[in-house]
Amino acid sequence: MAAHPQALEPPLANRQGRRRDSLSAWPLIDRLAYVLCWAAGIGLCAVTAAIVLFMFVKGISYLRPSLFVQSPTGSLNQSQAGGFLDPIEGTLLLTALGVAIAAPIGVALAAWLSEYHRPAWLARAVESGVEMIAGAPSVVLAIFGLLVFSQGFLGFLSQRSAGGAVYGRSFFAAGVIMALLAIPLIVAATREGLAQLPAQLREASYALGKNKATTIRHVLLPAVRQDIASGIALGMGRIIGDTAIVVILLGSTLRLEGAGGVPILSTLRGTGSTLTAYVYQNSPAGEGNAAQKAYAAAFVLLMLVLLLNFVVTRLSSSGSGAGA
Amino acid sequence: MRPFSPEKSRSSSGAADRRAELMLGASAVGVLALIALMTVTVFINAWPSFSHNSFYKWFLPGGDVDVQLRSIITESTPGHPIYHLRAWPLLWATMLTTGLAVLIGISFSILAAVFIVEFAPGGLRQILDPVVRLLAGVPSVVYGLIGILAIAPWVEHNFISEQRKESVAGVVQLTGANLGVAVLILTVMITPIMVAIIVNALSAVPRAWTEGSTALGVNRWRTTWRISLRTARPAIIAAAVLATARALGEAIMLALVSGGRGFAPNLLDGTTALFEPARPLAATIIHYYEDLSNPAMAATLYAMAAVLLVSSALLSLAGWGAKQPLKRYGIRT
Repeated sequence: MAAHPQALEPPLANRQGRRRDSLSAWPLIDRLAYVLCWAAGIGLCAVTAAIVLFMFVKGISYLRPSLFVQSPTGSLNQSQAGGFLDPIEGTLLLTALGVAIAAPIGVALAAWLSEYHRPAWLARAVESGVEMIAGAPSVVLAIFGLLVFSQGFLGFLSQRSAGGAVYGRSFFAAGVIMALLAIPLIVAATREGLAQLPAQLREASYALGKNKATTIRHVLLPAVRQDIASGIALGMGRIIGDTAIVVILLGSTLRLEGAGGVPILSTLRGTGSTLTAYVYQNSPAGEGNAAQKAYAAAFVLLMLVLLLNFVVTRLSSSGSGAGA
Repeated sequence: MRPFSPEKSRSSSGAADRRAELMLGASAVGVLALIALMTVTVFINAWPSFSHNSFYKWFLPGGDVDVQLRSIITESTPGHPIYHLRAWPLLWATMLTTGLAVLIGISFSILAAVFIVEFAPGGLRQILDPVVRLLAGVPSVVYGLIGILAIAPWVEHNFISEQRKESVAGVVQLTGANLGVAVLILTVMITPIMVAIIVNALSAVPRAWTEGSTALGVNRWRTTWRISLRTARPAIIAAAVLATARALGEAIMLALVSGGRGFAPNLLDGTTALFEPARPLAATIIHYYEDLSNPAMAATLYAMAAVLLVSSALLSLAGWGAKQPLKRYGIRT
């Protein structure tokens, strides 16, 4: 369901037998199709190479070490607009927050769907619900979040203006909605892992007198650790890459602006921005319009995504499920 | 799967078990309740916009949509909110960008998936796996940035001649950010999703089926076309549906490259239509997000969100339906 392309299967083994089917004997239209297939494959590689190289060249030429340690300032002059320390902090904080909320809920959902799945109608409703969140546009989730977190009784999660109106934009608000983005990915990966566990694992645990809850907690979930981890990594990728929720729900302010006096709580209640929002605000569509800063930040963002991709590849290739 | 259920055998551990089930079940119900809440609140907040425009007229063409939106923002007063909107240009732009990108993307993805599963030499296949994953993981704002800073100026310089500008002068101003660029980048964004799903399905086609065909002397392309792709047809439909949902909801990238103007490209303009601006629904919400504090504008934007929400719910229903035949072959997508 969810679009994680982790499962490109290994090639079907041993094609030798078909090599006798020589290309020159094919009808013209088949040969044309064959060439088109090659073109599509090479095209895919070329587009990717072009994107990565382009960002690499732009990134290297505009990236300065000072960008990582300076806070952004609201100057129109690109050389005085500061760096993106705060957006990087914001990205890390928001990703951690989103995953911290999404992981327990996602794993619980997956365990319930795979191991209990009853009453059946409820399970089916939950399944389609999760699918619906996976397909819902993140802008819609974002403005829904704004509605919810602007409610008076949730004022403690963001800031209140002098008149008592709730601002509704904070790390808390954005973190909760970001968790919604990550949950479907975590659920899918965990269920996939649970489905691949051999039945003997459960039976052995039952035979030792463990009940179902203990079996899930101490046998099944540890066995699918890697699947959970790769689901979380995919979810982190979604959170890091999303812009709409940050722009609408995090306030997209230049710096992390706390609210209230308590140190950590104030940051979480306050507004800020992330790398994606920083890129957007510095693009021609945003207020900053500083192309060099945008390229540099986008390059850092791309490197983060590449790193996560690498982690997912390692997790999924080092054998999952039954072997673990 | 579960040949033995332990909770029936012992009552004391059964109670603990029951508690665990209830707790896990509660989280499931919580998520479900949140979704219900989302649907209901979005619709309640969207209602003023729909009802003041007498519902069906909301979807019709009529006037410049950006002028209408600006008058909603500037002329609404607390006592007299203005809701007048004919959203057709935004809907048409959504349909055009999504439809064109999915159409181009699906044919490209089928070819690329066949290449990966059938024709690619071992080394190349090993590269293509991470390539597809990387392309799917690039944040949309990076695509948007490349589009607006690199591709749009290039298009403006090479494709938008003075005659082309004059041919639609007085109607709309042509820039490098336009429908064509939006479709191009959107296609690149959704292709890897489709490739991954189709590759999965193609590799799960029972080996004996293709072998049987090859044994009858059918060549590899014909075998793939007639046997593998036909078996994988539900997966191809599911891939297209998923990609449509993705394209429909894409906001940031399209807000950057689609021209920033609510305009319905006129297909009668021929190729010039490709160079006309076309800002879709989701991008419109991002474009005007700062005006969410204005109640009348908020209702209008929630109405757009409601349209998107209904479309994506219908799409995930269609995707679920499309995937059913796949279960016969034990393919999970």
